[in-house]
Amino acid sequence: MTERLFEGADWDFHTLQRITDACEQVALKDLGLDVYPNQIEVITAEQMLDAYSSVGMPLFYKHWSFGKHFAFHEASYRKGLMGLAYEIVINSSPCISYLMEENTATMQTLVIAHAAFGHNHFFKNNYLFKQWTDADGILDYLDFAKNYVMQCEDRYGRIEVERTLDAAHALMSHGIDRYPGKKKLDLRAEEKRAGRRRQHEEEVFNDLWRTVPKGAAKSRSALSIERRRKLLGLPQENLLYFLEKSAPRLAPWQRELLRIVRHIAQYFYPQSQTKVMNEGTATYVHYRIMTKLHEQGRISDGNFLEFLGSHTNVVFQPEFDDPRFSGFNPYALGFAVMQDIERIVTKPEDEDREWFPDIAGKGDVMGVLRDVWANYRDESFIGQFLSPRLMRHFRMFHLHDDPEERAGIRVDAIHDERGFRRVRRELARQHDVGFIDANIEVVDVDLSGDRRLILHHHVIKGSQLNETDAKRVLQHLADLWTYDVALIEVDAKDKVLREYVVSPRPIPAAVA
Amino acid sequence: MPIHIIDRRLNPGGKSLENRQRFLRRAKSLVQGAVKKTSQERDIKDVLEGGEVTIPLDGMHEPRFRREGGTRDMVLPGNKKFVEGDYLQRQGQGSAKDSGPGEGDSEDAFRFVLSRDEFVDLFLDDLELPDLAKRKIAQTESEGIQRAGYTTSGSPANISVSRTVKLALARRIALRRPRKEEIEELEAAIAACTDEAERAELVAELEKLEAKSKRIPFIDPLDIRYRRFETVPKPVAQAVMFCLMDVSGSMSEHMKDLAKRFYMLLYVFLKRRYKHVEIVFIRHTDRAEEVDEQTFFYGPASGGTLVSSALQAMHEIVRERFNPSDWNIYAAQASDGDNSYSDGELTGLLLTDKILPVCQFFAYLEVGESGGSAFDLSDSSLWALYERLRNSGAPLSMRKVSERSEIFPVFHDLFQRRETAQEKTAP
Repeated sequence: MTERLFEGADWDFHTLQRITDACEQVALKDLGLDVYPNQIEVITAEQMLDAYSSVGMPLFYKHWSFGKHFAFHEASYRKGLMGLAYEIVINSSPCISYLMEENTATMQTLVIAHAAFGHNHFFKNNYLFKQWTDADGILDYLDFAKNYVMQCEDRYGRIEVERTLDAAHALMSHGIDRYPGKKKLDLRAEEKRAGRRRQHEEEVFNDLWRTVPKGAAKSRSALSIERRRKLLGLPQENLLYFLEKSAPRLAPWQRELLRIVRHIAQYFYPQSQTKVMNEGTATYVHYRIMTKLHEQGRISDGNFLEFLGSHTNVVFQPEFDDPRFSGFNPYALGFAVMQDIERIVTKPEDEDREWFPDIAGKGDVMGVLRDVWANYRDESFIGQFLSPRLMRHFRMFHLHDDPEERAGIRVDAIHDERGFRRVRRELARQHDVGFIDANIEVVDVDLSGDRRLILHHHVIKGSQLNETDAKRVLQHLADLWTYDVALIEVDAKDKVLREYVVSPRPIPAAVA
Repeated sequence: MPIHIIDRRLNPGGKSLENRQRFLRRAKSLVQGAVKKTSQERDIKDVLEGGEVTIPLDGMHEPRFRREGGTRDMVLPGNKKFVEGDYLQRQGQGSAKDSGPGEGDSEDAFRFVLSRDEFVDLFLDDLELPDLAKRKIAQTESEGIQRAGYTTSGSPANISVSRTVKLALARRIALRRPRKEEIEELEAAIAACTDEAERAELVAELEKLEAKSKRIPFIDPLDIRYRRFETVPKPVAQAVMFCLMDVSGSMSEHMKDLAKRFYMLLYVFLKRRYKHVEIVFIRHTDRAEEVDEQTFFYGPASGGTLVSSALQAMHEIVRERFNPSDWNIYAAQASDGDNSYSDGELTGLLLTDKILPVCQFFAYLEVGESGGSAFDLSDSSLWALYERLRNSGAPLSMRKVSERSEIFPVFHDLFQRRETAQEKTAP
């Protein structure tokens, strides 16, 4: 019988150390996880609110919108409308986990197992994170971004900087490369490059060049449409990238700000694609670790019951007609699929052998799971591993709501033999960010004419943009582009559904 | 693998403070509007307590491209009775919500909590005391003492031990004064030594060291430093506020309440500018007396009305207790406007000759009955008198109030930051 890690609810820093060591032993030896070094930080509720308002990051540049979020969270927290998270974990190396000081010893154990080992393993091994994020460099980059924004405010004024950032934030969800480029992101080098760019500009600046007479402009008609599009890299769906590279009248520092916002958006891109998997992995890992610690006698029965209580709350999935229902709970869905995979690998039934011939009865649970965690994102994960048994368990059904249909909302498929594949495909699609975000791309610039920027929104299933918001975002876009911007909504048959044209605002003396 | 566990709880809080200030600055006009609206609904006691305000989201939007409408597909859990091909009746807008709770974008209004200081700042932000500059030159200056570095001479009581020891240490190191341990070590070596020649050598060395440590004192008078103090002039930061009120029978409870609200606002406002604010309550019928607050607002009194008595009382109090060169004097008078016609001349004289020259600010608030519009009534005797004085150049501020909700606008109006020194005529 091994010694208990703690008794009751109290903990101190030695307890945390013991807990972490014990979790680490289980995580590395029994589960074979591969994690970044851990850094565990204990914080207060107020600091947690701080972290909320800067998207969970320990440092961030200053912007009014974070203040707005802080005020909002604080108000709802004070009124008791909102509880705070038990932890926040950051995809960085070392992997930083924030624990709330109010947690009991059991909760701290749960949270350490969940964040410091579950999420940590996922961050380090999932292909999306490997491809798109640079865990080593992110904190340095954020530090650079913060200082850079501050310097810009000193040099060019707070209002100017704020306007550029406002515009960049509005376009943030369209500042992402969705397909891997030729090289991996290296944020540390990014910071140095920014410095070198600035230095180079300062060194080669020569006022004389301004006065050198320019030759006659080259014939414009020589540029064919095809060639022009190619030169500008069109079509381009990364709007921030396009502006950074091609907007005619942006100052270098404005381009750098767009670049910063774009890099940060990119850093968070994998997280939005792996909510279910990420939480599922972390929940599965904490469940395994806690169970093991209890088996070893390192956690008392009472504390284990406390853990089970919280765990059950976390993985609770209300049904669609429940007032608490607000979509699928990623913890519940992720955890259920992970456990189901465990069952299929160890005790498969005939149905499982038919649906999952590759993994059914393979025996090595952790081997299979580690492979899944490394190589899938939510969409492919659900599309691949949601079993008929789980669909029956959740009693899933698919609704098709066509506004044209007079009779009402059609039940398209349910959890039966005929419906399994369709339900699964549809659920997978709902977790595909490619379907969630509007598909907007820059298609052309009228270079010979009034330099109008032309964007297309490819409308899917008749779902168009919200008009007020679209106009506001386009206003920001036009301000950055400094010439007119047109957005055309086209459906699959290239029929024009709607057209927006926005002109840039004259630069105002003060912010509105 | 080493694991770092760090206690961040002691880190300074308020990391979001700057973002919050940026937000407030951006939303300033909106928040200010909300603050005024909120404060009108409150009791005067906690009018400046801070608390929750709601602002419209205009200009605070963070727009994104969002899609809406069209055909929707949903996969939901918890099927109980549906089979494929069933049709469900739409109920109103459909059941699925798509706005996250953290966004706030879907709401028209945005609620959050302001701290007390933020609230007061916003509330009084565009207000300013009139004639703040007038008294500045005349302000007598008392002397205060403040620390100003170190000096080599001074009284023993002011020796700075830490600075002295630090300098002594530096000097000892620089001059290589032998340390106590070195000498002890040498002594031990001598005691343990058996060889005579070596012993003599060690003794010689010891003597040398001892001589040196005698030559170089542990603390030299050169090392001693004294804390230095400087006297600095300190501006007078005190104000006295005179509350004058007519308490004759014609003043109803409602009118007194209006006056009270005004006085309280003035008090809060002065309190923010001056470290020390005193209040003098003078009530009058046909004679005036200085009373405490309780009596002032609630004590019974009856009689005729002679405004000059109150002004006379104020003048005497100023002469006795509040030297105008030491005090910033503010006065606010509330009355229903009745005054004996025979008293007009005396009142005018007192005001222009005695009171106004020593005052920073003199406000006259004419309170009326609730519901009765102050606009169509003919001017009261006091109002007519004051108006005449003002037109001949006396620095008087005057307003009429009859509703509780007018107090804030009137107050605001009186203290508005204005470019032109001339006041507009009363509404």
